[in-house]
Amino acid sequence: MSALVTESRFPDPDRAYRALIEAHRGLSDEQSAALNSSLVLILANHIGDQAVLQEALALAKLSLEQTRSTPKSSSGRH
Amino acid sequence: MNTRKTLYQFGYRRSADQDRPSPARHPVIVVGAGPVGLCTAIDLAQRGVPVVLLDDADRIGEGSRGICYAKRTLEILDRLGVAASCLEKGVTWKLGKVFQREEQLYAFDLLPEDGHKMPAFINLQQYYLEHALVARAAELPNLDIRWRNKVSGLKPRNDGVTLSIETPEGSYDLDADWVVAADGARSALRGMLGLDFKGEVFEDRFLIADVKMKGDFPPERWFWFDPPFHDGRSALLHKQPDDVWRIDLQLGPDADAKAEQAPDRVIPRIRQMLGHDAFTLEWVSVYTFQCRRLERFVHGRVVFAGDAAHQVSPFGARGANSGIQDAENLAWKLALVIGGEAPESLLDTYDVERSAAADENIGHSTRSTDFIAPRSAQELRFRDATLALARHADFAKRMVNSGRLSMPSTYETSLSTPDEDEWSGSARLGAPLPDAPMHSGNGEPIWLLEALGGEETLIHVPNGSPPPCGKRVLVIGQDLIDPEGLFARRFDATPGSTYLVRPDQHLAARWRHATPESIARASRRIKGLDGEPA
Repeated sequence: MSALVTESRFPDPDRAYRALIEAHRGLSDEQSAALNSSLVLILANHIGDQAVLQEALALAKLSLEQTRSTPKSSSGRH
Repeated sequence: MNTRKTLYQFGYRRSADQDRPSPARHPVIVVGAGPVGLCTAIDLAQRGVPVVLLDDADRIGEGSRGICYAKRTLEILDRLGVAASCLEKGVTWKLGKVFQREEQLYAFDLLPEDGHKMPAFINLQQYYLEHALVARAAELPNLDIRWRNKVSGLKPRNDGVTLSIETPEGSYDLDADWVVAADGARSALRGMLGLDFKGEVFEDRFLIADVKMKGDFPPERWFWFDPPFHDGRSALLHKQPDDVWRIDLQLGPDADAKAEQAPDRVIPRIRQMLGHDAFTLEWVSVYTFQCRRLERFVHGRVVFAGDAAHQVSPFGARGANSGIQDAENLAWKLALVIGGEAPESLLDTYDVERSAAADENIGHSTRSTDFIAPRSAQELRFRDATLALARHADFAKRMVNSGRLSMPSTYETSLSTPDEDEWSGSARLGAPLPDAPMHSGNGEPIWLLEALGGEETLIHVPNGSPPPCGKRVLVIGQDLIDPEGLFARRFDATPGSTYLVRPDQHLAARWRHATPESIARASRRIKGLDGEPA
């Protein structure tokens, strides 16, 4: 049984996504990377469950593989 | 700087064994007279086992090696008769502070509780510890130290080992029922058996400088991330006896080890750190480190202990401390096996218990190293994000890792009898007993761990029924008085409570109301006799 929730949880996911984007507006890549690092730590602690964290890491790694193997996959949709 | 000056010189002496036509046979030969070998040999000798201790050198040299000795190690050293001199000479400390730039991120107190004989930690140059152990060894008539006896060959047999030994007067052979290899990180015996020593090698170089000065820093462990005097790296300052301060500076992976040790490189760095010039250099060296271990610590009749069996990074003071805890775990088991009171398989539990401890220590010291010496830009970002968050959020403070200081292992072991009752308090099954201030039957103050010594013991809290039978029983209120109630609190003791303690002072079993059968079974279990007919 999966401990990580992958069903959509935000009532308005677009707003949540927008909040992430906005937080990075005007930042350099280096500043963005630093911000993301803090955010990951804060959210990981909020989750507070090693098993969920491992599952989240595994899912993120999976998506990383896909981004690498099909870099243009999203280019057909506008 | 790196030629080691001799601090204590011992003499090679010819042994009668060298004149025998055939090899003399000894129950135990310990190889390596460092802290681990010395502790093993002393513990065995105190338990009545005659020991030969071989070392290829004949002196104790200067140089920075272990400096931090943890509470559990001091309790072991106390049983071996050397803690008093170590405490007298050593710097007692328990406070640590962690800084980023000039700012203190947090402080920690390692032993916020009174009522323990030993402090959380002392700092002491390893040569003082070794000297105290050699002096103690000399008091034991059944412990035979042979200096400049270098093992050059090892032949395993089913019932023992033959060692070839080189001395200034030629070579000779010895037979041993058991060999303890405590010959350090570069163990020659490990090589002779062709054993792999696998693990992780870290690239970062660190500079150790022991500096003599009259400083007004308190006896605390100060650790800096990105200190103002050493941009972007880490630094550690720690007090030792004789006005000597240990300084440990991260240099990075590309540092030139030789150039960095030159006084004209070292002195300006330290001047910048201390803000003055009033110091002299006692010792400088550059090191890298590894975290690795043998897959098994017991190979037939050869048993590995300390750095010969496992190696850790220095963060957390887990090298010498875990090695001395190996020695203590091994000595009583080997003594029982040699005395015919336990089967040889008892030594498998040395492997199980101390392997788990080694993994724990390697895990801690690896994770500390990851935090102190990040290996990629993103690792550094996570580290710096943690430090930045530590000012605002408790969770991040707890993630800051400047070394998790050595704590004794709690053994998940077949030698323990699983609890059937509910227990609170700080005593834990498989862990060393928490100490407590007691009085003896005649009213003299005595610490609980002193009263226990190194024998299997039952501690019983009376409830009107006759006390249980065992080889050695201490009854609370008669043999040991609990004047402050700390024993009762730490052991969650109620009338009828009975505790079975292993010879290494780890808790093996406890009952609210024990039966003679359950005690007898648990006692057999400690010796690895569980399941065998009485």
